[in-house]
Amino acid sequence: MAACSVEELLAKAEQEEAEKLKSISVEKELDLEFDVGNLLACDKNRIESRDFRERGKEDFLRSLARDNTQLLINEIWKLPTERNEEVLVAKLPEQTTRLPREKPPPKPRPPTRWEQFAKLKGIQKKKKTNLVWDETAKEWRRRWGYKRANDDTKEWLIEVPGSSDPNEDQFAKRNKAKKERVAKNEFNRLKNIARAMKIKTPGVGLLPKAQQSKDELLKAVSVAKTSTASVGRFQDSLPKEKPPKNSGKKRKFDPLIGDFSSEKQKQLELLQVMGNKTPKLDLTKAVNTQMREEDREEAAARRRKGRKMPGKGGKGKGGKAGGGKGGKGKGGKAGGGKRRGKPGKQ
Amino acid sequence: MRPLTEEETKTMFEKLSKYIGENIKLLVDRPDGTYCFRLHQDRVFYMSEKILKLATNFSRDKLISVGTCFGKFTKTKKFRLHITALDFLAPYAKGFGVAAKSTQECRRVDPMSIVVFHQADVGEFIRSEETLT
Repeated sequence: MAACSVEELLAKAEQEEAEKLKSISVEKELDLEFDVGNLLACDKNRIESRDFRERGKEDFLRSLARDNTQLLINEIWKLPTERNEEVLVAKLPEQTTRLPREKPPPKPRPPTRWEQFAKLKGIQKKKKTNLVWDETAKEWRRRWGYKRANDDTKEWLIEVPGSSDPNEDQFAKRNKAKKERVAKNEFNRLKNIARAMKIKTPGVGLLPKAQQSKDELLKAVSVAKTSTASVGRFQDSLPKEKPPKNSGKKRKFDPLIGDFSSEKQKQLELLQVMGNKTPKLDLTKAVNTQMREEDREEAAARRRKGRKMPGKGGKGKGGKAGGGKGGKGKGGKAGGGKRRGKPGKQ
Repeated sequence: MRPLTEEETKTMFEKLSKYIGENIKLLVDRPDGTYCFRLHQDRVFYMSEKILKLATNFSRDKLISVGTCFGKFTKTKKFRLHITALDFLAPYAKGFGVAAKSTQECRRVDPMSIVVFHQADVGEFIRSEETLT
């Protein structure tokens, strides 16, 4: 009895071992495609729908997943391993599957002010040499940057030009000019960036100038006055200081939904003024018309004198008639200068 | 959208008075509600105050039209009247056609003479389509 049970036990043990080994190796029609870098295994084998239905869906899926995972693990075991703090670690290779972009591609940046100008004028970029021959140092130096060729701030002797102040420090002047150029370049670079990213920048405001006109000084005074924490409310003004003329909007319109009745009143008054029979007198128009008439009469008189006797009578009549019409026209014109929109009384 | 300035109102009223004369005050001052003129992108719109208040909810670039468009101001600030104003002008219009006599003559003529030829009314056929046989 014991022998039988031992034999049975051994047989069972062997069977279990075989099963275990079997479970490590998996048979597949088509080999799987592996991307071990991404821990990806693609199984392109056909799925028999009969199997799917026969064995029960959950079991079928579980066994399929187990088989494929086993194959993937086998692949991982093939990789070179290293021991890291008592843990066995496999080094994954490079990923072979190309993943798509997560975010949209960046837009090309808008051209800078110089680039716009160059495009407009058709200026091409000229490739320049990296090094330039420096005559004083007798060697090739870079075109710009550290230890550049022909650097005028590094000169040890500067002649004072005839037009400048003899006490002025020429070296300091050159250094200052260089600093200003650098600052200007930086400022323009930042402006280009702000324009590209469409960031609103605050205005420059009033710049300091050597000679300021009266308006600019007044403006500066008013700006300084309002640049306090209370926006100038508690600032005393000077004895003869006048309030600023036009601060704020350049043109002011009525509010959109103002007082309807007052709007109506104003319009009705306007209509009444327009409909009046007594027209208003436009002074400039009256004066101009009067001057024109006088010129015309003088011209007519001169023509009359220039003509001979027979023509004189006719011209006189013509002149008088012209004068009469001119007179009536003058009165009508001066009177009707402002008369418009005659209420359709034809 | 904004109300018209004094000058703009004047130019517009002058133009309107050529068609409807004194009856503009009937447009300005209506018994059945407060109507107003508003300017939006150089066009003059005539609308009731109710519509105006609703229109304030739209941004300027999205607002296309409010009420009825009476006309527009050109670049040189002249007022051009549009056909869409006809519905409001028609009831108050002063005669419709070609003048038969000059203005001066019309003043001195007897009551029975012809002053206007009813021949320039191109839209009458469409307007009175139902009444004509």
